[in-house]
Amino acid sequence: MKQEELSEDELLEKVTSTEYKYGFTTDIESDTIAKGLSEDVVRLISKKKEEPAWMLEYRLKAYKTWLEMEEPDWANVNYPKPNYQDIIYYSAPKQKKKLDSLDDLDPELKKTFDKLGISLNEQKRLSGVAVDIVMDSVSVATSFKSKLADLGIIFCSISEAIKEHPELVQKYLGSVVPARDNFFSALNAAVFSDGSFCYIPKGSKCPMELSTYFRINEAGTGQFERTLLIADEGSYVSYLEGCTAPQRDENQLHAAVVELIAMDNAEIKYSTVQNWYPGNKEGKGGVFNFVTKRGICHEKAKISWTQVETGSAVTWKYPSCILKGDNSIGEFFSVAVTNNLQQADTGTKMIHLGKNSKSTIIAKGICAGKSNGSYRGLVQISKGAKKSRNFSQCDSLLMGDSCGSHTFPYIEVKNSSSQVEHEATTSKIGEDQIFYCNQRGIGTEEAIALIVNGYCKDVLNQLPMEFAVEAQKLLEISLEGSVG
Amino acid sequence: MLKIENLKAGVGGVEILKGINLSVNSGEVHAIMGPNGSGKSTLSSVIAGDETYEVSSGSILFDDEDLLDLDPDQRAHKGVFLSFQYPVEIPGISVSNFIKAAITEKRKVLGLDPMPAKDLLGKMREKMELLNMKPGYLSRNMNEGFSGGEKKRNEIFQMAMLEPKLAILDETDSGLDIDALKVVANGVNKLKKNNNATIVITHYQRLLDYIVPDYVHVLHNGRIIKSGGKELAHQLEEKGYDWITKLADEKWGS
Repeated sequence: MKQEELSEDELLEKVTSTEYKYGFTTDIESDTIAKGLSEDVVRLISKKKEEPAWMLEYRLKAYKTWLEMEEPDWANVNYPKPNYQDIIYYSAPKQKKKLDSLDDLDPELKKTFDKLGISLNEQKRLSGVAVDIVMDSVSVATSFKSKLADLGIIFCSISEAIKEHPELVQKYLGSVVPARDNFFSALNAAVFSDGSFCYIPKGSKCPMELSTYFRINEAGTGQFERTLLIADEGSYVSYLEGCTAPQRDENQLHAAVVELIAMDNAEIKYSTVQNWYPGNKEGKGGVFNFVTKRGICHEKAKISWTQVETGSAVTWKYPSCILKGDNSIGEFFSVAVTNNLQQADTGTKMIHLGKNSKSTIIAKGICAGKSNGSYRGLVQISKGAKKSRNFSQCDSLLMGDSCGSHTFPYIEVKNSSSQVEHEATTSKIGEDQIFYCNQRGIGTEEAIALIVNGYCKDVLNQLPMEFAVEAQKLLEISLEGSVG
Repeated sequence: MLKIENLKAGVGGVEILKGINLSVNSGEVHAIMGPNGSGKSTLSSVIAGDETYEVSSGSILFDDEDLLDLDPDQRAHKGVFLSFQYPVEIPGISVSNFIKAAITEKRKVLGLDPMPAKDLLGKMREKMELLNMKPGYLSRNMNEGFSGGEKKRNEIFQMAMLEPKLAILDETDSGLDIDALKVVANGVNKLKKNNNATIVITHYQRLLDYIVPDYVHVLHNGRIIKSGGKELAHQLEEKGYDWITKLADEKWGS
C-alpha cells in the first residue's frame, strides 16, 4: 500500500545511517617526517619550526612527563588504544610564503573548502569573519590581520606567536592546562605542530568573530592543535572553531589543547562545531578526539563554551572553567550527537573558587543508531566560593532503541551558602510527533530535523548567526538519510 | 472529491471500521456524529494516513487517486488536512517556523521556491486576525504550554494557512468554551469555498449550530448507520442515539 513499507525502526535506521559526506582528500604536497615519537622527533619538530630554545625545553619536559603517564581509561568509551609509535607527528603543507589575502590561496585548498560549502571569500565579505585556516597543522592563510593589528589585537598561528610574542606565550602557555594535567595534554605539549594564538588588549572589544577551520589532511597524521587565547582586562572576544576531516580508513588521533585566559572583567565566547570523520557504519576508521579545553576567569570575567559535536569515532572532551575571581561566570552549552557506532564522553567542569561565582550548564545529547553518548560533568564549589550558584540541565534524546545515553554528574559543594541545581530528562522522538508533522506535509526526514533543532534550540541560540546555520546543517547531515 | 468505499480498518487485529461508504463533494460540509467508541477518530486518522491503523480493505479516492497508496505527507500535499483532537507538542519550534516548514515543503513538491518571508508574515497576520489570535502567539513553541482552547485554535490557524481542499475537524469543539467555539466556527465558515470541503467530527450538536452541515452521518460500531440533512443532528440532540443504534444493532449485531 505504501511506496515503501518501513517500520519505524527500519526508517530510523535508514534515516540515521547517512554516510559521511565530507570524505575527500586534497592533493597538496606535504612535508612529512617519519612515524613514531622519541626525544629526537620532539627536537626535530622544534627545529623544523625554528623555535627558540625555551620552547624546545618546554616540549622536552612535557615529553618526559608524558613517558611517565598512562593513557586514562575512566571514560565510558571503548576503543583500541592507539600505537603512539605508528603516528606521524609532523606534516606541513608545502607553501612558499604566507598569504596576505585569501585570493592567493592554493586553488586545491580553495576547492576543499568549497566542497565543505564554506566559501571563504563569501564569509570574508558577508560576515566579516577573520579566518585562520589550519590545514594539517600549519596555518596557511590569515586574513584581516592588519585590521586587527590596528586595534592591538594579535591573531596569528601559535608558531608565529612563539617567535613574535615570546613574552606572552612564555607567560601563559601551560598556565591553565599544564603539560602534566593529563596524558593527552602532555603529549600535545611535546609535539603540538600549530594552532592559533589570540591576544585582546585591555578594554578592546574585538570587532569581528575570529574563526579557525581545522582539517586533518595527510593520511595517518595525528593532529595536535594548540590554542592560546588571552583576553586582557575589560576586553571581549568571540572565537569560532570548526572542524571537518576527510574520510580515512585508519583511526586518527586528535589531541588538542585549548587554553583561555579571561582577565578581570573580560569576556570570552568560544564556539565549536566539531565534525571529525566518525568512522563508517561498521565503526571502522574515524577520528579519536581527546581534547583538553579549559579557561580561567579572573574577577567578574566570563567564559562561555558552546559546542556542537557531531563527529569523531570517540570523543573525550570536557571544556571547563576555573572561576577563580569573585563574581566570575562560566557557561557551557553543548549539543553532542552520536550515530552508528560513535562514542562520546563529554561534559564540563566548573570549578568555583571565587565568591558569588556563577555557572550554567546546558547539555543536550542526541543518540541514534548503535551509538553511546555520555554526559560527564563536575561542579565543584570550594569552601571560599561563598554564595556561588550553579544550574545544570542535562537532556538526552534517543532515536531508536539500540543506542545508549548516560549521565554522570559529580557535584561537590564545600560551603553552605551556595546553591546547586541539577535537572535531567530523557526523551524519545515520538511517532505521534512525526505523524503530526507528516500530516502538515513535512516529510519524516524533515520532521526529525525540525524536532531535533527544536530540542537543541537553547544551545544553537548561543552560536553566532552564521555558525548556527552551519551547525543546523551539520545536525541534519548527521541524522538524516534519504528516505523513500 | 472524496469517495470512501467499503473501508475496513482496525488496530492489533481488532476491526474498528467495518465497511465505511462516504462521498463528499466540493463545497459541502459533512458532519459525522456518533457515540463514544463508534470509530469517528479512527476514520479521520485512517484518511490522514496514521500507520497505527491497518487497513484491511476498501479505498479512499481523493480526486480519483487512492489515498491509501500515499504517505501521510503526500496526502497533505494533495490537500488533506486533519485538525487533531489531541494536537502534539513540538518543543523548541515556534508556531511561525513550523508553519513555514509546512508551507515550504508543500511548495517544494509543487516546484515552487519558499514563500518570501514578507508575504508569509502578511498571510499569518491576516489569518490570526480572522481567528482573534493575540500577537506574540507566533513565537510561542508549537502547542507547548497551550491551553486546550489554544491548541484547537492553533489547528484551525494552520488550516487557514495551508488552505486544504479537504479539512477534517476531529472533535474541534472539545475543550473550547462558547466564545472560542464561535470564533473557531466563524473562522471555518470564512474559509469555506466552492472548491473545498469540510468534514466535522463531533460528539455534540453544539458545534453544528455554528458550522451548519449539508449532510449529517451517524457512525455506530464502525458503520454509517444513518445519513440525512442538518435536521438529523437536531433529532439526535433531542432523542439521543439509542433509537437508531438499536435498529442498527438488530441488523448487524452489537
